[in-house]
Amino acid sequence: MADHRKHFFSGMRDGIPIALGYFAVSFTLGIACRNIGLSAFDSTLMSFTNLTSAGEFAALGIMAAGSSYWEMALSQLVINLRYMLMSCSLSQKMAPDTPMYHRLLVGYGVTDEIFGISVNVPGRLDPFYVYGAVSVASPAWALGTLFGVVLGNVLPARIVIALSVALYGMFIAIIVPPARKDRLLGMLILVSMALSWIFARLPLFSGISGGMKIIILTVLISGAAAFLFPVDRGLAGCASNTDDKGEGEGHA
Amino acid sequence: MRDTLVYIAVMAVVTYLIRVLPLTLIRREVRNVTVRSFLYYIPYVTLSVMTFPAILDSTGSQISGFAGLAAAVALAWFGASLFSVAAAACALVFVMELFAL
Repeated sequence: MADHRKHFFSGMRDGIPIALGYFAVSFTLGIACRNIGLSAFDSTLMSFTNLTSAGEFAALGIMAAGSSYWEMALSQLVINLRYMLMSCSLSQKMAPDTPMYHRLLVGYGVTDEIFGISVNVPGRLDPFYVYGAVSVASPAWALGTLFGVVLGNVLPARIVIALSVALYGMFIAIIVPPARKDRLLGMLILVSMALSWIFARLPLFSGISGGMKIIILTVLISGAAAFLFPVDRGLAGCASNTDDKGEGEGHA
Repeated sequence: MRDTLVYIAVMAVVTYLIRVLPLTLIRREVRNVTVRSFLYYIPYVTLSVMTFPAILDSTGSQISGFAGLAAAVALAWFGASLFSVAAAACALVFVMELFAL
């Protein structure tokens, strides 16, 4: 019990930079909501129930165009499909005996950022860590949207820009330390960034949506790495493989 | 415009299913070494791909974006916490944008 509480609070602590970044990004989302005439209630509800930036921005375009519900479903599927890869990775990070209701609740919180900090915890992932992060990040996302709709352009652009960099800073803080210890991971990160740059900049690939690019590159690069450099140790998606033996394998 | 609440419900259901299905369907540890390795590499690859070059385009200029990236990498390399890395990248970008760099 005390352990869950500890994990919950450490999730909250790691969730604070996420919440700040979310607030800034969802503020601009709220402004976009207002521009297509979405009410404050609907906008906030959308953000609270979806918790995804690219998917929601795309949804606004679909709503404004009055497209079919099927089109909405399909667009969300394509844009958010990367969460499925993240969720597969997380399934191996959680203890195999994690009860179903925890799995159903954790599912709500699989965003790019919460996934990032969740794979970063040493050893197994305690669902309460995710709940801690969600408890600060999700209200920030919903409230940011609400404020964006109600207040409009009151935040100076510089602050919004600076805060949205927080999310990228977090990703860096997650991937760099393990790369320092493991040269192979360092190379993998450099290759991923280089290919991502090529995909983003070459006109040849400009027809592919951002979400699709992430999926294609992730599957290709992780797949190639898995074939060339199989790792037969520790947990999948776990940065520190040495310290999870005791608690991880014990009740598996 | 069709019913907004139906749109929102459709979005929410699709997105939730994408997130929850692997977590609920894959309940055992995967034994296959290649699949395990694949899942092990996913976070590093996907976070790298999402960060670069997007961070360069997220700020007012490529220069301030690059400075934020460099500061974050340096601090993370020397073991700064998640919060300090994020805050430092933010602060640096804010100051640089202030001087229109």
